[in-house]
Amino acid sequence: MSKQSVLSGIIVEETCAFTLGELSNACGMPAEWILALVDEGVIEPVGSDQRHWQFRGQSLRRVRIVQRLEADLGLNLAGAALALELLEEVQLLRNRIAILES
Amino acid sequence: MEYKDYYKIMGLKRDATLDEIKRAHRKLARKYHPDISKEPDAEAKFKEMGEAYKVLKDPQKRAAYDKLGKNFKSGQEFNPPPDWDAGFEFSNADFNDMGSGFSDFFEELFGQRRHTSRSASGAQFSSHGQDHNAKVTVDLEDAFYGATRSISLQTPILDAYGQMRMSNRTLNIKIPKGIKEGQQIRLAGQGSPGIGGGQGDLYLEIHFKPHPLYRAEGRDLHMQLPVTPWEVALGETVKVPTPAGTVDLKIAAGSNSGSKLRLKGRGIPGSPAGDLYLTLSVIAPQANSDKARALYKEMADTLAFNPRIKMGV
Repeated sequence: MSKQSVLSGIIVEETCAFTLGELSNACGMPAEWILALVDEGVIEPVGSDQRHWQFRGQSLRRVRIVQRLEADLGLNLAGAALALELLEEVQLLRNRIAILES
Repeated sequence: MEYKDYYKIMGLKRDATLDEIKRAHRKLARKYHPDISKEPDAEAKFKEMGEAYKVLKDPQKRAAYDKLGKNFKSGQEFNPPPDWDAGFEFSNADFNDMGSGFSDFFEELFGQRRHTSRSASGAQFSSHGQDHNAKVTVDLEDAFYGATRSISLQTPILDAYGQMRMSNRTLNIKIPKGIKEGQQIRLAGQGSPGIGGGQGDLYLEIHFKPHPLYRAEGRDLHMQLPVTPWEVALGETVKVPTPAGTVDLKIAAGSNSGSKLRLKGRGIPGSPAGDLYLTLSVIAPQANSDKARALYKEMADTLAFNPRIKMGV
């Protein structure tokens, strides 16, 4: 399949913004579930009117991790949100240790 | 096809109770979850364990699996005996999840009925095709200069008989200059085709291979810079390797091991570009000649330096 051509993509975290519908499509979950994530503070929309909400690019990664933690480990939303934050901190600390040990 | 010892995978005895199986699964799921575990083969282990659990938690499947006998060893060449599963009923409900990538062993034993439930699982196909995700490991230099990399992906596809198969494809993709560890590249239209015509997208999560010199934190790079005692004491200009080439760096007199220096804008390019942080690491030369020993002796006599003075000794 198109072995010679070179595909260019865009960096999601830098250039993408998602609407509620796009985010819900991207992870195959209903919009109500995304709204629950907003209520839990996992992702923050920009804009006051829900119809014109925009989510920043990095929201997608956070949403996907919460989705997998819920599905694979049976966590509830609050637990998954907490785990997500701790995981991000662990990752930061692991990288710091690697910097100090190199 | 290789035999898979599902009991061994889950660390269980063959007579484990259902409760023990469930407990082992919860524990291993937390340990090997790809979002949590730092082990490089976590994803493979997580899938293997999930497969083992699917079989062992279901009394019918477990009984059928047990019937194969315990004389097989993991990895041993395996062909199922004919009619091995006669008299066992499997619920199709378990097999609706797409593209979870079960082993050939699992597919052979429990997979034949999968396509019969496919039509019922049509809800998986929205008019917009499904998005796909993959992790890609690239060199740090690729983020520095931008690069074109060839990647191989295994993608689940539906064949003409409605069965899920893993299909290999190779894509040449541009790694954008300035990308950071953990960021995703979206390739529009490279996911699954949807029924209504819209293609899903492909998301590639970028990770860097460990680099011998630098470690990235966002767009900043960190590096240890070995220096001599006289370079830090007297303050000298030394050569420093940066990804964009060698630069001259003036070390301030009186610097020491652990001193940090920042080379602004010498990290990964972008707006704003990252910085290159150097941590000085003073290396004392070996006293491996009479002359070197005499020099050290002279320093000892002349400097009368005690670095442990704060320790009270």
